[in-house]
Amino acid sequence: MPISQLMILPFLSLMRTELIVTGSLLLFFVLYLVQLKSNRTLLTLLHSMWLMVLITAFISPDSGTLFADTFKSNGLISFEKTFLFIFFGIILCFNADWLLQQKNLYEFIILMLAALLGICMLLSSKHFLLLYLSLELTAIPIATLCVLELRKRAASEAGTKMIFSSAFASGILLFGISLMYGLSGSLYFNDLSVLKLNSSLHALAFILIFAAFAFKLSLVPFHLWTADVYQGSPITITTFLSVVSKAGSAFILLAILYNVFPNFEPLWYNLIIVVSVMTILIGNLFAIRQTNVKRFLAFSSIAQMGYIIAGMSAFSNEGASAVIYFVTIYGFSNLIVFGVFALVSQLTGKEEIEDYRGFYHQNKLLSWSLAIGLISLAGIPPTAGFFGKFLLMTAAASKINLYFVIFLGLNLMVSLYYYMRIVRNMFESSDTPLQTIKLNLAAKTGIYLCIASILLLGFIGWFYDHIQQLVMLN
Amino acid sequence: MSLYLILLFPSLTIALLLALRSSRAVKWVSFVGSLAQLALLIAFYFHFKSLDSGTAIKPFKYQEQITWFPSVDIHFHIGIDGIALSLMLLTAVVMMGAVLVSWNIKTLVKEYFILLILLSIGAYGTFMSLNLIVLFFFLEVAVIPKFLLISIWGSGNKKYSANKLAIMLIGASAFIFTGMVSLYFMLPEGERSFDIIQLSQTIIDTNIQSLVYVLIFIGFGTFSAVFPFHNWVPDGHSSAPTAGSMLLAGISMKLGGFGLLRVATYLFPLAALQYAEIVIALGAVSILYGAVVTMMQKDLKYLNAYSSISHCGFIILGMGMLTQTALNGAVIQLISHGIMTALFFAIIGMIYERTHTRTIGEMSGLLTTIPFISTMLIIVGLCSLGLPGMSGFVSEMLVLMGCFEKQSLFHRAAAILSAMSIVITAVYILRAVTKVTMGDTHGSQIAYRNASWNEKLAALLLVAAIFIIGLYPQWLVDLVSNDTKLIIDKILLSK
Repeated sequence: MPISQLMILPFLSLMRTELIVTGSLLLFFVLYLVQLKSNRTLLTLLHSMWLMVLITAFISPDSGTLFADTFKSNGLISFEKTFLFIFFGIILCFNADWLLQQKNLYEFIILMLAALLGICMLLSSKHFLLLYLSLELTAIPIATLCVLELRKRAASEAGTKMIFSSAFASGILLFGISLMYGLSGSLYFNDLSVLKLNSSLHALAFILIFAAFAFKLSLVPFHLWTADVYQGSPITITTFLSVVSKAGSAFILLAILYNVFPNFEPLWYNLIIVVSVMTILIGNLFAIRQTNVKRFLAFSSIAQMGYIIAGMSAFSNEGASAVIYFVTIYGFSNLIVFGVFALVSQLTGKEEIEDYRGFYHQNKLLSWSLAIGLISLAGIPPTAGFFGKFLLMTAAASKINLYFVIFLGLNLMVSLYYYMRIVRNMFESSDTPLQTIKLNLAAKTGIYLCIASILLLGFIGWFYDHIQQLVMLN
Repeated sequence: MSLYLILLFPSLTIALLLALRSSRAVKWVSFVGSLAQLALLIAFYFHFKSLDSGTAIKPFKYQEQITWFPSVDIHFHIGIDGIALSLMLLTAVVMMGAVLVSWNIKTLVKEYFILLILLSIGAYGTFMSLNLIVLFFFLEVAVIPKFLLISIWGSGNKKYSANKLAIMLIGASAFIFTGMVSLYFMLPEGERSFDIIQLSQTIIDTNIQSLVYVLIFIGFGTFSAVFPFHNWVPDGHSSAPTAGSMLLAGISMKLGGFGLLRVATYLFPLAALQYAEIVIALGAVSILYGAVVTMMQKDLKYLNAYSSISHCGFIILGMGMLTQTALNGAVIQLISHGIMTALFFAIIGMIYERTHTRTIGEMSGLLTTIPFISTMLIIVGLCSLGLPGMSGFVSEMLVLMGCFEKQSLFHRAAAILSAMSIVITAVYILRAVTKVTMGDTHGSQIAYRNASWNEKLAALLLVAAIFIIGLYPQWLVDLVSNDTKLIIDKILLSK
């Protein structure tokens, strides 16, 4: 066989997701030039791209590397990408009406695709340079998306905060990377993985890199941008930030800790414990006081991130599988909560927790969905959130750090309190309940998909086993 | 017969309820569902007894197991022994009473019944599980229904009570969880397991036992309202709707007692011996403290809630004694108190529906206006103070007899102090019941309507259960003594 043919096949199969996204990105640029104006057509195109990604996900995932060993793909990475796209699809479902009426749909689609491409490349990167580039490719479009509603003051605040904090994080990351390069002479993950924690400079370089990801995951003390950005951005973007972008960052942090710096484990174990305790505590305590649903979800997602990194502390295959399992379940639970808030806020403009008093009497399906999502976030059975938290905390317990496990468990009390406050609010009676919200087919699809995943995923042990096998093959 | 049926019946009922629209149909379906569940469990009882005669002592006669998360050793392993079966019978009886008592619910009827049945699924699952994780799962399933039942259909300071209950129970679960996973990871590599039967056969190191026992005891102790962890009981029980109180006191508190027996005592015999005196002391304090505080109560629901703490102290006391008689007594007290307190709450609910007050001082002479309900109140009061012929007498008697099998001064003192509570109980029960039922009637009270068929049926069902246990306790003792003997043997062996 000629060499060119040999090269092109793995290229096509390993990069299939990225190629489809890049292709449609170019397509949308062309359409923009020819001034296609129909939102419906554009969305149909976007949906067909999404469908193509999902269909190609079923091609048996083969592992391999590309571009002089800087890009890799394997079963686990395609699994993660598939789930990110499923989440993206659900976001499109919940916001179908909003997107149809969107004036800046071109900008939305192009920036969104760029961000998605960035996240996909991020997950596949095997070299710090590619990692840095893809991180930027994600951060800048998202910051731009935050100001999609140009006329809103809060939106510009959100966008500014987002771009400044992203730039700061990138700066820190670059500093860390350059120190690492100075110490090891290479930026390949493979070369770095044999690096020993020999000097305090090693520790400093690692901490700088860790801090950059702490920014992305909004771990304390790098969480300050989260609430304002969440509140100011359109809820569609907030959802994307909170689910897809967070999930992507969690996956890559996991890979960096486990595969790139395994020898730094004594350092990052302690780091994670401290950061996790602070993150959970601050996220939980601030979430109690919030009145706006977006700010509330911002702080509650901060607390959830604390649990995610607590699971990472296990440093075992079980830990990695538990984190990935939890992130997928967290994605579905968060999506349905955001979805209901999006449907309500886009129709009525109401975004306060108090507005949901008596919600149940007019909107039964939406209330049950919201309740199931919140119960799952709180980690109470029979929802999948229970299994996610359970496996995560079991992983965290594998180091037999009793106080830490009790801390994690007791903090579930706090989160239960604020999640349940909303659930109770909905069932109470109110003088001015929200109107009945009509659901279109897309929204219903999203709701049923999320409910089914939340209620069933936990009972399907196969799902977790599948993740664990992928992790072991990784 | 398959054990899955026990979980299937209530689940099917819920599925059916979801499809229904009329609230009348909802009530009837729930009624038929709970009746079918009771019938199923009675069938299980007779089948269980027929197995009993032939085979030698073997802990779990029925077992079912399917793999759930194979890689982390979580199997959906369920099985029943005499203790579990008797507690499930209790659940079915109380559940039926609760459905009947809720006939007059007006708001969100469908949701109410779904939550009630979900709570009962949590209880059935907990009693059946033979895997610690499955047990934990079902224990937590019941938390959200409790919270919502109190905060939506409750009365009084319901928000505060619901929060307090949910937060304390989740906190308790945190301790149980920590105990379970630290046990798992502290065991040597090859012996790690969550399976109760497998764990009961491994020899667990003393240090691990004494650490994990404490965590598990705090957790399940909170569920069963042992003295320093009892705060959620009075508020939770008195704010809940009638059926909610019945299930909370009748079943939910029993989950704690059951957990202490099945997990703490059965799996950690050495630690149970080591801490026996503390457990006895806590039990005795709960009994006396509960009784003394009950004397101060003016509200009927608070009266019963605090007296529950006192009665549940006997369960802890029996478990601390570690003799077979006392353990039998503890298990029977679980069941007897479940039925008695459910009936008490049901009657209080019925009285409240008519008088619109629960304050003892504002009621008098109800015996002439609502004779059936008042009679039931007298019966349940007498059961509570331990009148022979009723279930309360049997169980408390057994526990105290078990106490006297131990010779030391400490055990004697604990037994005598606990026995004193019976006098206090007589004081507060007789005072309250006399004030409510006897005396002059106010003019306005004549118009109270008598008990309706559903109320009568609920009360009679529970009263029948009280007398069945009280007059012929032997069947229950036979049912549980094989399994309590196993626990005691294990403790004696580990000495």
